[in-house]
Amino acid sequence: MMTIEHLSFGYPKRKNRVFDDFSLKLREGNVYGLLGKNGAGKSTLLYLMTGLLTPQSGQACLHGVNVRLRRPDTLADFYLIPEEFDLPDYSLEKYVRLYAPFYPKFDHESLRRNLEAFDMTEDLKLGELSMGQKKKVLVCFALATHTSWLIMDEPTNGMDIPSKSQFRKLLIREMDEKRGIVISTHLVKDVEQLLDHIVIIDGGHAVMDAPVADICQKIYFGQTENEQEAAGAYFAAPSPHGFDIMAANPAGKDSEINLELLFNGALAHPEIMTRLFTPEK
Amino acid sequence: MNFKESKPIYLQIADRICDEILQGRYAEGDRLPSVRDYAATVEVNPNTAMRSYDFLQSRAVIRMQRGIGYFVEQEAAGRIRAFRRETFMNEELYDFFRQARSIGITPEELAALYRQYCNNRFEKIQP
Repeated sequence: MMTIEHLSFGYPKRKNRVFDDFSLKLREGNVYGLLGKNGAGKSTLLYLMTGLLTPQSGQACLHGVNVRLRRPDTLADFYLIPEEFDLPDYSLEKYVRLYAPFYPKFDHESLRRNLEAFDMTEDLKLGELSMGQKKKVLVCFALATHTSWLIMDEPTNGMDIPSKSQFRKLLIREMDEKRGIVISTHLVKDVEQLLDHIVIIDGGHAVMDAPVADICQKIYFGQTENEQEAAGAYFAAPSPHGFDIMAANPAGKDSEINLELLFNGALAHPEIMTRLFTPEK
Repeated sequence: MNFKESKPIYLQIADRICDEILQGRYAEGDRLPSVRDYAATVEVNPNTAMRSYDFLQSRAVIRMQRGIGYFVEQEAAGRIRAFRRETFMNEELYDFFRQARSIGITPEELAALYRQYCNNRFEKIQP
């Protein structure tokens, strides 16, 4: 499990704190979607979760160990793909030789298979790759490490259309009960169907922290052309066919989650979300 | 309230599997792809595909054999047709009637048009 306990953090010389007494629990076996506006602190949160930043108070723990201690066994058990990164100017083969030994469960066969899914081979020169290709290589490497946690910041950003599809297929094949995945993204359509759990952060708080199954039980997502019906919903947004709505779901009707609508609705009416989804203590 | 349906993905996938059975891609007694393989094909969370399989099992369209996998039940095609008839009668027809009445189509008109359609003499009215 990954836990964030009463964490507060602000960048030096900036007036507002990014997080103030922020808590969150993440369990293996789930794919978490981390959503928030630009500057809401998504990347900051990922860096705090992985020990790259030091909180002013509180802590982030992996399996009960404070990640900021940067213990080798902690660092060997998660993998972070940042939004922007650079790969060294040598071969993938050398990269694997240098970095795979840090991950005791590294699986070379899995790396080969993952690369193949992206139509890539192992004899790559990392310096010759485009950003999108570098991202694919790092995703393949990250999946092959078989760490308990895989944390990705905007993973599909820069990927072409067929690669996004391959990315989803790879993740589906690699996810299991022992592994947790965190995806921070604005490109919700790219990963909407993969998520088990939604976390939306705004103003230093989690305005939503709930499993998709719970969300769909308590909120009905639908469409209407009737303006009064739209006005009676928790949140409605005009659309070509009338309105997309999210409404109360007393009958427990199954509907399909509309993540963009949920995001806008949660930011517009955080009090409704708090009432519906009491955060886990 | 009468919101238009947004059919959950797990039911859309169940429908897709039913279509594949009716079209003969999977015959009665055939083994279905694993939940994970099917999830990867349609690019959804394996838990979603699992719900589709559970749903089809509850409708006796497929059955699980422990440790082996999921198989298409005998008479699956008949059950799918019966189930679709039920959904049509209870849901789609209701919406259709509601719409027909709201634009003033009489039962007699509807009956006549449906009869024409079944006799292959139905022609779309040109505006």
